[in-house]
Amino acid sequence: MIYFDNVSKIYSDDCAALSNVTLTVTPKEFVSIVGHSGAGKTTLIKMILAEERPTKGRVFFESTDVHLLKKRQMNLLRRRIGTVFQDFRLLPNKTSYENIAFAMEAAGRIDEEIESDVPHVLELVGLGKKIWSFPHELSGGEKQRVAIARAIVNQPDVIIADEPTGNLDPINTYEIIQILKKINDLGTTVILTTHNKGVIDSVGRRVITMENGKIIRDDKEGKYSL
Amino acid sequence: MMWTNVKRVVRAGFVGFWRNGFVSLASVLVMTVTLFVIGSVIFLLATLDASLNNLKSKVDVNVYLTTTAAEEEIMSLKTLLEALPEVKTVSYVTREQALENFKNRHQNDAPILEALKEVPDNPLSAVLNIVAKDPGQYEAIANFLKSDNALSKNQQVIVRKVNYDDNKTAIAVLSRIIDSAKRLGLAVTLVLVIISLLIIFNTIRLAIYTAREEISVMRLVGASNKYIRGPFVISGVIYGVLAGALTLMIFYPLTYWLGSATENFFSGINVYRYYILNFGQIFGIIMGSGVLLGAVSSYLAVRRYLNV
Repeated sequence: MIYFDNVSKIYSDDCAALSNVTLTVTPKEFVSIVGHSGAGKTTLIKMILAEERPTKGRVFFESTDVHLLKKRQMNLLRRRIGTVFQDFRLLPNKTSYENIAFAMEAAGRIDEEIESDVPHVLELVGLGKKIWSFPHELSGGEKQRVAIARAIVNQPDVIIADEPTGNLDPINTYEIIQILKKINDLGTTVILTTHNKGVIDSVGRRVITMENGKIIRDDKEGKYSL
Repeated sequence: MMWTNVKRVVRAGFVGFWRNGFVSLASVLVMTVTLFVIGSVIFLLATLDASLNNLKSKVDVNVYLTTTAAEEEIMSLKTLLEALPEVKTVSYVTREQALENFKNRHQNDAPILEALKEVPDNPLSAVLNIVAKDPGQYEAIANFLKSDNALSKNQQVIVRKVNYDDNKTAIAVLSRIIDSAKRLGLAVTLVLVIISLLIIFNTIRLAIYTAREEISVMRLVGASNKYIRGPFVISGVIYGVLAGALTLMIFYPLTYWLGSATENFFSGINVYRYYILNFGQIFGIIMGSGVLLGAVSSYLAVRRYLNV
């Protein structure tokens, strides 16, 4: 479903964020990407979202080269990918409800759908009571749940979670990972980057280990090994 | 769907305006100040224009006719003059009227009135008073009067004297002053308007700069550029409408207060009356500039953060 064909990203002569990465993610997989800061995890993810262009090589989503897409098609692609980030990236002036509704409006969903789906999806991540709270009124774990709810509300094919637990305490980390696993069980591909050993070991699925922009290990049922 | 999107964008624009309270307030205030400058320029130009016109109408040329000139000859010269493209008005002062005016002017001057009584006939000649459209055109009119064209039908000279030559320098200086005043007015207008545009544009750019993270998040969830930009443009329009209304409200008491002062100082124009009489036009200019500037500035400012 996602395919990296010999991708390199070079920022300056002595700084290669990615070098010759070839990688395939199949549908319904749960892939964890681990590595130290600066190993190239985030660059890899930005490539899928077409936020960064590769210096060399190509990135495919299904059969389309994401970097050849026009703006409009790119927006359509981004609606098929749900994203969750370490810093949550919620719209600060919108309530939980509105943050999720915005993603649905952007995807062109009708008001009736929005009114029925948003409370439902907030219930799913355990935030049914904070539906009208603004992000600054929520804790880190709660913000991340809103972000996950927003990521899944359009029923995307892939969820990309870039260090989603980086700012959370162990209990919230555990719960967020459980939610991601549940989403994966329901049939959505999940790509997770992290440098949290506990997270990787508790997931027990495919683990890709990166170092200096290269993939150094790719284990089917991996453990954290850095 | 189209209608739903428009509705959502407009609603998001209003909500965004309200929730970004402080930034919105600051933008509206800055915009009010600049629209106030634009409005002041309108009043400045109107006052300048009225003063210059007043000055212009004070410049004229008198044509003194021979005492023997017949009424119909004078009238035909008058018609001839009125047909000239440079001439604005020609007024005819008969000999009797000229005498009357003379007497009035000298009513406290007994020796002159005595002397006048000694003269058997009315010694004064009839006068054609000419006002040109532009002070620079008097020379052409004077030349016309000196030429054969101004002769009467039977080729007699009925023009005794034209006082243009006496006033030549004064007229030239005055018309130069009027020209430079106009040019200065235009330059000041241009500079003030350009400064206003830059201030408004930069204020809105700053307001949207604070929302750049938000824009990147919206792009990430796959919102189209139009859908992201719309609410910002609506907010910009709201800034414009509020600032425009505020400016128009400030001008009301201000011009009322300045009205009589301006009337006395700048011969003839009362800014308050001008404001009331031209309210439609001023409303259009202030509101139009506000709304247009708000919308265009927002549009351009958001574009910066969409191109990734």
